[in-house]
Amino acid sequence: MAKFVISRRKFLTSASLGVSGIMLSGCDVFDSQLGVGDGLRSFLEGANGLTWRAQRLLAGDSLAPEFTEADIRQPQRPNGVTAPDDDVYKGLLANNFADWRLEVSGLVEKPLTLTREQLMNMPSRTQITRHDCVEGWSCIAKWTGTPLSLVLDQAVVKPQARYVMFHCLDTIDRSLSGDIKYYGSIDLIDARHPQTILAYGLNGKPLPVENGAPLRVRVERQIGYKMPKYLRKIELVDGFANIGGGKGGYWEDNGYDWYGGI
Amino acid sequence: MESVARSQSTVGPDTALPKDATLIYRQSRWTRLTHWLWAISLFFMLLSGLQIFNARPQLYIGKESGFAYNNTVFAIGAENTANGPRGYTEIFGKRFDTTGVLGWSGPAGRETSRAFPSWATIPSYYDLGTARVVHFFFAWILTTTLVVWLVASLINGHLRRDLVPRIDDLRRLPRDIVDHARLKFHHAREYNTLQKMAYGGVMFVLLPLMIITGLAMSPSMNAVLPFLNDLLGGRQTARTIHFIVMLLLVAFFIIHMLMIFAAGPINELRSIITGWYRTDPPAPGSKTPERSA
Repeated sequence: MAKFVISRRKFLTSASLGVSGIMLSGCDVFDSQLGVGDGLRSFLEGANGLTWRAQRLLAGDSLAPEFTEADIRQPQRPNGVTAPDDDVYKGLLANNFADWRLEVSGLVEKPLTLTREQLMNMPSRTQITRHDCVEGWSCIAKWTGTPLSLVLDQAVVKPQARYVMFHCLDTIDRSLSGDIKYYGSIDLIDARHPQTILAYGLNGKPLPVENGAPLRVRVERQIGYKMPKYLRKIELVDGFANIGGGKGGYWEDNGYDWYGGI
Repeated sequence: MESVARSQSTVGPDTALPKDATLIYRQSRWTRLTHWLWAISLFFMLLSGLQIFNARPQLYIGKESGFAYNNTVFAIGAENTANGPRGYTEIFGKRFDTTGVLGWSGPAGRETSRAFPSWATIPSYYDLGTARVVHFFFAWILTTTLVVWLVASLINGHLRRDLVPRIDDLRRLPRDIVDHARLKFHHAREYNTLQKMAYGGVMFVLLPLMIITGLAMSPSMNAVLPFLNDLLGGRQTARTIHFIVMLLLVAFFIIHMLMIFAAGPINELRSIITGWYRTDPPAPGSKTPERSA
C-alpha cells in the first residue's frame, strides 16, 4: 500500500509550526462577546447559578476549616483599599473611632445604632481561618468579632428580608456620578452561619486600618471580596435592584460572581 | 460489538483507499462526542486559566502564600533593568529571561507587564471576573463529559476492550517505544501500549486530579471536604498541582498532535469524526499481535 512517508525532521518542523500557529491565532475574537452584559457572557454566567446551588446543597451548615496558632506565620496581607482617604473615615480614625457607629437598618423591626463598645460587649467568637483572595493567594490569621447572627437577632429581621447589604466607609472607585464606596451582600444563610462575624480583632490585637478598622465582615466559606472592610451600615433588603449596579456588590457590578464560594 | 470489520467495498465512496485496506468502526459515537467536548472545554479552560493565573502569577507550597517568609516555587514577573523592562520566569529561585513572552510582552512599543501574553489568555485584556466565568462554565462541561464518557465506556466496552492494560501490553512496551521513536506506526483496531498509557493517564489521573485540585481551591468546598487540602498538602500546594497538571495536559496535547500528523492526519481525524478507521493490512506471514476485539 502507499505509505504516508515523511522525514522526521520535516515532520517535527511542520508539526511544531502548526501548533504554534494555532496558539498565536489568539482569542481576540471572543473579547467582543465577553463584556459584562454581552450575550455570550450572560449565557456562560448561567453556570455561576449552578455552582451556587450545588455548593449550597453540599455545604449545608458545615464549617470552614480552622487552623492552629502555629499556622499563623505572618501578618494578614491587606488588599483592596488599605488606607481610606475619605474625610469622614479620617475624622473617625483621628478620634480612635469613638464617634463611629454601626447602623442596622432596612427590613428590621428594631433599627439599631451600635457603638464599638456595645459590639465588643456582646458574646464574641475567635477563629483561625484562611483568607483566600480571588487573585489566588491565601493567608491564615486569627479573627475575633461579634457573630453577625446576634446583631441580626437584636434588630429582629423581618420575614421578607433576604439579603444583608454591607455599606462601607472607603471609596473603592471614582466615577462620573461621584465617589463609589465599597458595598457588598450575602444571603441570610451565610449571614447566620456561625463563622460569619463582624471582626474587630486580628491576631489578638485591634483590627488595623489596612485590614478594615474599626469593623469588617468575615464570611469564611467565600472569597475575600465578599468580606467588606470599614463597615458603617448593615441593611436588610429583599433584593439588590436599588443598590449600585443591581448585582449585589461593587465587584459583582464589575463582573465578579455574586456567590464567592469558588 | 461496534468493531465490525468490513471490507472496503461495502463502505462506499472512499475510493482513495487501496484495495487491501480495511475500514473498521473504531470509535463509538460516545467516544467521538466526548472527545470533541473535551477538546473545546480544555481549550477554553486553559486560556481562561492562564488569565486567572495572571492575577497572581506565583505558585507556593503549603497552606498559604508566604509574604513574610518564602515558600514560592514559581513566579513570572517583570523588572526594570539598564536595558529597559524585562520579563522573567523564576523556578525554585532560578531566574530566566523570558521577555517578549512571559512577564513582559505585547506589540512593539506597547509592551505591558503581564505573566502570560495577551494572545494566550481569554479575554485577551486583563479581566479576572470574566476569566472565572469562562473557566467555571467549562469546568461543568468538562466534568459532566468525563462522567458521561465513563458511564458510556463502561457500558459499550470501550474501557474493558481498549483501555485496560493487559500482560501483552507490558511485553510490547519496549518495542512500542522504539516504534514511536522511529515514527513507525501500526494502524490496528487496538490501541498500542503507549496510547493506552497516555489516554488512561489523562482520563484516570490528570483530569480527576485537575477536578480535585480545582475543588480544593474553593473555600466553600473546603467546608464540605476539609480533608482534601490536607491530603494535597494545603490550598496553595493544590493550586500548584493544578498548574502542573495543566502543563502535563498541554504536553499531552502537543504529543497528541504530533502523533496524529505522523500517523496520518486524514485517517486519524476521520476516525474521531466518523468513527471509521483504516487499518494496516496484515503483513504476509507476520506475527503481528492482532487481537480479536
